[in-house]
Amino acid sequence: MMARIGIVAAALVSLVACATTNGGSASAENASHRQSYDELFDPDPFPSTYAPYPGVPTVITNTTIYDGEGGEITSGMIYFADGHIQAVGQSLEIPDGATVVDGSGLWVTPGVIDIHSHLGNYPSPGVSAHSDGNEATDPNTANVWTEHSVWPQDPGFSRALANGGVTTLNILPGSANLFGGRSVTLRNVPSRTMQGMKFPGAPYGLKMACGENPKRVYGSRNRSPSTRMGNIAVARQAWADAQRYREQWERYREEGGARPARNLQNETLVGVMEGEILVHNHCYRADEMANMIDMANEFGYRISSFQHAVEAYKIPDLLRENGICSAMWADWWGFKMEAYDAVFENIPMVHAGGACAIVHSDDQNGIQRLNQEAAKALADGRRAGIQISDAEAWQWLAINPARALGIAEETGSLVSGKRADVVLWNGNPFSVYSRPQMVWIDGALMYDMNDPQRRPISDFELGQPGEGSVR
Amino acid sequence: MKTLFALLALVIAAPVAAQSVAITGGTLVVGDGGDPIPNGTVVVRGGRVVAAGVNVAVPAGAQIVDATGRWVTPGIVGGFTRLGLVEVSLEPSTNDSGAATSPFSAGLDIEPAINPAGSAISTNRTGGVTRAIVAPTTTSTIFGGQGAIIDLGDDMDAVMQPRAFQFVELGETGASRAGGSRSASHAMLRNAFDQAVAYARSPAGYGMGNSREALLNSRDAAALVPVIRGEVPMLVHVEQARDILNVLALRNDYPRLRLVLVGVTEGWRVAPQIAAARVPVIASALNDLPASFEQLAATQSNIGRMRDAGVEVAIGMINDNDAHYLYLSTQYAGNLVALNRIPGATGLSWGEAFAAISSVPAEIMGMGGEIGSLRPGRRADVVIWDGDPLELSSNVDMVMIDGVQQSLVSRQSRLRDRYLNIGETQLPQAYEW
Repeated sequence: MMARIGIVAAALVSLVACATTNGGSASAENASHRQSYDELFDPDPFPSTYAPYPGVPTVITNTTIYDGEGGEITSGMIYFADGHIQAVGQSLEIPDGATVVDGSGLWVTPGVIDIHSHLGNYPSPGVSAHSDGNEATDPNTANVWTEHSVWPQDPGFSRALANGGVTTLNILPGSANLFGGRSVTLRNVPSRTMQGMKFPGAPYGLKMACGENPKRVYGSRNRSPSTRMGNIAVARQAWADAQRYREQWERYREEGGARPARNLQNETLVGVMEGEILVHNHCYRADEMANMIDMANEFGYRISSFQHAVEAYKIPDLLRENGICSAMWADWWGFKMEAYDAVFENIPMVHAGGACAIVHSDDQNGIQRLNQEAAKALADGRRAGIQISDAEAWQWLAINPARALGIAEETGSLVSGKRADVVLWNGNPFSVYSRPQMVWIDGALMYDMNDPQRRPISDFELGQPGEGSVR
Repeated sequence: MKTLFALLALVIAAPVAAQSVAITGGTLVVGDGGDPIPNGTVVVRGGRVVAAGVNVAVPAGAQIVDATGRWVTPGIVGGFTRLGLVEVSLEPSTNDSGAATSPFSAGLDIEPAINPAGSAISTNRTGGVTRAIVAPTTTSTIFGGQGAIIDLGDDMDAVMQPRAFQFVELGETGASRAGGSRSASHAMLRNAFDQAVAYARSPAGYGMGNSREALLNSRDAAALVPVIRGEVPMLVHVEQARDILNVLALRNDYPRLRLVLVGVTEGWRVAPQIAAARVPVIASALNDLPASFEQLAATQSNIGRMRDAGVEVAIGMINDNDAHYLYLSTQYAGNLVALNRIPGATGLSWGEAFAAISSVPAEIMGMGGEIGSLRPGRRADVVIWDGDPLELSSNVDMVMIDGVQQSLVSRQSRLRDRYLNIGETQLPQAYEW
């Protein structure tokens, strides 16, 4: 899964490849056609050029560790080197030459992962020229890739790092369209290019939307969809068209003849049906989530996550049975009808119902305080009698979003062999009084509270008043 | 679950008019900027605070509320809000915050638009918010109209002080409202003030011989008369340092203006001038992004730096979900305390941070004698929390407004209770009420 592969090309020509293999298992008889397809259409035309920044072997001692998968170690140690976690435990031998950080009274967690961000495609300052998140010209823009909107100089990336301990984030297109386009997963490192931030090998996502936004955007232009039934009708037709498109390519693969015309919308949808592209579905209401699940079953694709999922607490059983994560706010509500039935206990109620819960931001300010959002939800849940430990709740910020993004083998928890995405907090990270003290990405120290030089300032901020005061 | 809530809830019997209630044993926060006081007592009688402190005698016959292990504070005062004006933001039929096609502007009065039964009122009450400064939004001019001070009590009598201030936009939004530039917004302001002066001179003869294009209608002109006279404060939303100085300079021409600055992201850049002008500020707490070109110098240290310069600063939430999320006030204040532990950052002390969401906004509006603290004589708006009120893990146990214990039931709590034990009943969920 993590290999750099031609995801869609492989899916189109190699139906035997399953969702989690890299396409290399395609049978020999398909190889020539795949090769020809790859030659015609570069399967990875905007490849990641991300390379970890240099780090030093580091040990953090005598600290409280939430491992991101629900485990907690008190007075524990973590050792990372060569960009990866080498060991986590109660007591480790300190390797020669390792930098030792005294973690007494401090907390260590995996880096925070935000599954829903618009940093880069709706960057600061929010002027009209920067409005690059919604290609609101057609209800189906599955052909757009939001990575082409990402401005790496968005000052928001540094705030998310320094105040929020965010090490990985998923940039989604907006929700004006039923099919908003492909999302992209980024490492939260300064770079001159989007490619320099792109998470190597991470699968693409497809942003879908149900509910008020698409019908409002297109209904106001006297176009379809203008209703919820219109939303589903237009989306189903798109899936049906994509099925036909897939069949055309299958026939071409098997029988040759005239090569079908390439269609970028359908390429993305076929990638979803092949399980290579993960659906992140903006959907607030419980009844609409149920409709989206049925549509996914009809066309044979899976929904990886519901985004915003304000009413997920009403259907934890349905979400659990279908293996769908819910990405939620702690306490947003009331800005639109589909956000009217919010409850403060949504996240813990989903968790307690056995479904996958994720805390997301969708916001350039909220991404700086995802740990606080989790803390509020946790407290409200406990108040309602739902007992969840702090360490368990950290899954909402770590392994759960990693799984929903298809990168759980690489990051999302403090497990030997994974990328050393590590945050050292200057206190309990569920306290309002705590902030990141040090943040490492792939073992490289990218932020240090005590070192004014160890924080990024974007090009946009240089020479401006204040010059990027992140705190 | 319902049993659990019942056990947790603190119930105070409806006090007889002359009966005292004494809340004892808790960590007491007076709200005046001081540190929390262990084992404090608050005595309430007739809807007012009689005494609050450590050596406070409990009157004979007082009803005792044991708050041991809990925190006792004044209710939170929403520093700048649109609370009570909006049910669902995107539904115009439920949103009374602005009036885009109205012929009126400065003369608009939000008093009849406040809905005490709105779900944002009860939901924020459960978060310990008991009072709010409520402003209209601007739509077609720089003037939003006349705001109010409200309480969040579970009754139909929400407006405590109507026509408490005039709200004006003079930054990027103001420029846009006035026709496209700051030149236009300042021309609009001065033209309106000129006409208010003319109106005050002769209400009956108002409008005679003036050009129609720039004429304010008489209701709008009348509303600006007490503003120019300094009888009603003018809350002005500005963010950029230059815009802040432009507002302060208005007093060169209108010396009696009672100015209050709102938003003020770049306040730290001109903090000495703000302090020297003795103009108070209701600032956004955590803006740290150059979200617009008028906020390039944004930093979370803004409020701390203004405080250091001697500016009177409260926390407000302009344009930050200000109709629904006032319960975030405590989190915002707590974040300013967190800054004290970050080298190079400037935060607030705990006492200052709490005051910034209680007594300071009250005092800025001239209401410090009535609300915002537990000093003797104030209205008895008391909240009991199960921990540090600025901490994320804390919840509200009891809310009292004007000495009356309030319901902590909201639409949200009802929905939660309906779905908390889903699947355990024989009938569909809709019968579980």
